Amino acid sequence: MTDASLPDAEITLGRLAEKMRGAVAFDAMLIGIHSGGAWVAERLGELLPGEHPVGYIDVSFYRDDYAQKGLRPKLASTTLPFEVAGSRIVLVDDVLYTGRSVRAAINELFDYGRPESIELAVLIDRGGRELPIQATYVGARLAVARNLSIVLQRRLDGSLELSVEPAEGAASA
Amino acid sequence: MRNPQLNGAGELQHLLTLEGLPSEIIGRILDTAVPFVSIAERDVKKVPLLRGKTVFNLFFENSTRTRTTFEIAAKRLSADVINLNIGVSSTTKGETLLDTIDNLVAMNADMFVVRHGQSGAPHLIAQHLSATGREHIHVINAGDGRHGHPTQGLLDLFTIRHYKRDFHALTVAIIGDVLHSRVARSLIQGLTTLGTPEVRVIGPQTLMPTAVESMGVHVFHDMRKGLADCDVVVMLRLQSERMKGALLPSAGEYFKHYGLTADKLKLARPDAIVMHPGPMNRGVEIDSAVADGSHSVILPQVTFGIAVRMAVMSILAGN
Amino acid sequence: MKIEIRNGRVIDPKHGFDRQASLYIAAGKIAALGEAPSGWHANRVLDATGLVVCPGLIDLSARLREPGFEYKATLESEMAAAIAGGVTSLACPPDTDPPLDEPGLVEMLKHRARSLNCAHVYPIGALTVGLKGEAITEMGELTEAGCIAFSHADAPLGDTQMLLRALQYAATFGYRVWLRPQDASLSRGGVAHDGEVATRLGLPSIPAFAETIALETIFELVRATGVRVHLARLSTHEGVARVRAAKKSGLLVTCDVAIHHVHLCDVDIGWFNAHCHLVPPLRSTRDRAALRAGLADGTIDLICSDHTPVDDDAKQLPFAEAEPGATGLELLLPLTLKWAREESLPLVAALARVTADPARVLGLDAGHLGPGADADVCVFDPDARWLVEPSALRSQGKNTPFLGVELQGRVRHTLVGGHIVHEA
Repeated sequence: MTDASLPDAEITLGRLAEKMRGAVAFDAMLIGIHSGGAWVAERLGELLPGEHPVGYIDVSFYRDDYAQKGLRPKLASTTLPFEVAGSRIVLVDDVLYTGRSVRAAINELFDYGRPESIELAVLIDRGGRELPIQATYVGARLAVARNLSIVLQRRLDGSLELSVEPAEGAASA
Repeated sequence: MRNPQLNGAGELQHLLTLEGLPSEIIGRILDTAVPFVSIAERDVKKVPLLRGKTVFNLFFENSTRTRTTFEIAAKRLSADVINLNIGVSSTTKGETLLDTIDNLVAMNADMFVVRHGQSGAPHLIAQHLSATGREHIHVINAGDGRHGHPTQGLLDLFTIRHYKRDFHALTVAIIGDVLHSRVARSLIQGLTTLGTPEVRVIGPQTLMPTAVESMGVHVFHDMRKGLADCDVVVMLRLQSERMKGALLPSAGEYFKHYGLTADKLKLARPDAIVMHPGPMNRGVEIDSAVADGSHSVILPQVTFGIAVRMAVMSILAGN
Repeated sequence: MKIEIRNGRVIDPKHGFDRQASLYIAAGKIAALGEAPSGWHANRVLDATGLVVCPGLIDLSARLREPGFEYKATLESEMAAAIAGGVTSLACPPDTDPPLDEPGLVEMLKHRARSLNCAHVYPIGALTVGLKGEAITEMGELTEAGCIAFSHADAPLGDTQMLLRALQYAATFGYRVWLRPQDASLSRGGVAHDGEVATRLGLPSIPAFAETIALETIFELVRATGVRVHLARLSTHEGVARVRAAKKSGLLVTCDVAIHHVHLCDVDIGWFNAHCHLVPPLRSTRDRAALRAGLADGTIDLICSDHTPVDDDAKQLPFAEAEPGATGLELLLPLTLKWAREESLPLVAALARVTADPARVLGLDAGHLGPGADADVCVFDPDARWLVEPSALRSQGKNTPFLGVELQGRVRHTLVGGHIVHEA
């Protein structure tokens, strides 16, 4: 797959917001999974009508590949400016692939408290699930070879951009 | 001579000392500790990183404080923790240090946290594990003789970084029995590695090691001169046996010359922080008013200590 | 038995001899050097082409660990180690268990050694009973039993008055006393040289002036009593300077250095390598340089191995708890050659420090290859390289800082009293 056939990130983000508008609970909290999901969550917070508090979650301590790969060198903090217990949450990630990151994020969220419900919004669903996880809201669907990674980047002006890179080791998203 | 703390890939295999530890590794440990501080404020203070791992706390020297913080750190990482206060009992039975280690390895130990009265004991253990094909077992030095207390050094660095941000502009004074202090040695090594321009040691000649300048510090015997313009003041604990022997005449005389009072603290910078590895001897090395005062960050040090030890264990266990 | 050692490079430091020649041995003595004696017919010819032929080494300090420490080493293993190292005479310190403070113990030791038909053993007797520093031993009886001198090994002799009395007694009868210059109270509890390395590693330390103070005390007592003293194991640059000054002022003292201190310094402790835990401690690079200079200019009379076999269990402990000492009989020759190479010293001068000079201090007509001398000979390959590993050592003590190091110089034949006792 070449970059030319990749969907435009900004357009896809618009489509995702459109699908969520009206469907998402009025008091839903948006929690973005670092780092790509965090950028998407931040933008969704601006795009969606109403007040949706935005938080960020780093799943490094809950990943299932710690034994093989050790602790990731760069850690961001989990910042949740609201109570998880009793909240309606929309977990946000950039690319949904194996489902493992989402599993880790759900486990971590439950260590903060028992939410009322969790929905999942993703910019891109590339299939290849290794766990029974599905997204509630999807910006675009894509099929990509196993040896490739879909990467979300943020330009200096804040706009988002998708690209494809050779995968590093085994798939883990 | 290869650094016995690093594995073939240059990753941290053991934490034995801050000497020779690259600043990137120190920085990474401090960065990793940051999220662990906030986890302590959650309801569920655990993360699953070390689930299924067994951590043995091997304390050949009594220390409820340090042992407890390591235990809390390991449990917050979901590890199983076994505490062994060996003290003198094993040696009187004739079992050597390495025999004890071999027995515990047979009980599926994944990590040893070792405190020992002799400098070099954790190095001996790490070397023995490597020589007997058990490289996957990690050793953390929880204090060996006078030599080092690297997790204390790291939590002290974390504390300083938390309040002062940049090491490159700091003047740090370490005051007390430097001769016998593993805390001082580790902190000096950490500070110099991270580029602290002015590190001072203050104490009487009887409590100052020979050639300590070679570690990159300035020696002061006059506390007032040494405190001038300090950003960080670290008080070392004075052990009671030192106060009676040939090293010092009395606790009272020590406090007069080297105790930290509010009055002497005024010589440091107005925003200076006061640290102490604990437990404190109030009225000997530090005045109660200062220990409980606005400059003191002694209690936060304890919180940071758990987070830093969680960071060390999780980095090691993943390598 | 008539033995001809043919065509080797014969080096006899006492006579300044260093030439390609053949050596002729008969009836346990050196019969001739260079020209065969008339009517010569050899029973055995050793081809020494490419090899060095020198007097058997004389090692003034080798612990044999008998009696009492047989789990560390036995006479059998250590004598085998000696001749494998080309050492044909050795002096053993009195710190056995029990210490060599009774004639019976000394006789038994000598008897055992003789029955092994290996190197000559010269026991050093204990200066005080039990090495406790309280009562003088029966030096007369001990000398008769075979002691060549008296020492206190590493046991503290803190009471200067006690030392004075012991030296006065020895001086009365002309007995030699060997003393290690280390002040007992200043070195108490110390395990490493007081300096940067000990400070960084947090090891209890022994200041250099523990040696200086002990040396000056000994010098004054020598002046007062006239006793003949040999100073065992110098380790500091100040110590070398004081000995140099004392000798210059006319004081009759001799001194030695252990081979490990010629090569190693405190930095070699690395990460608490217990094989580097020695007495006296390994000191700074400056001290090592002074020891080498002292050996070169004769201030230090000789080199010994200070051979101290230690069992594995006693070394596999944290540094300060590990038993001090290193095995050395088999390393004395290659390490002496290494020193000579590094300092560009002619072999004839370097080998003097382990042959003619120790003989001089012992007061023996030995350590040379003059006609009529005992045929104690070492034939070695100066170029042969070998790896120092446990299997390469005959000694029961595998404790050496040189483990894993490749050394140059291997003994091919050792002769004691005209008999070939070792071949490799």
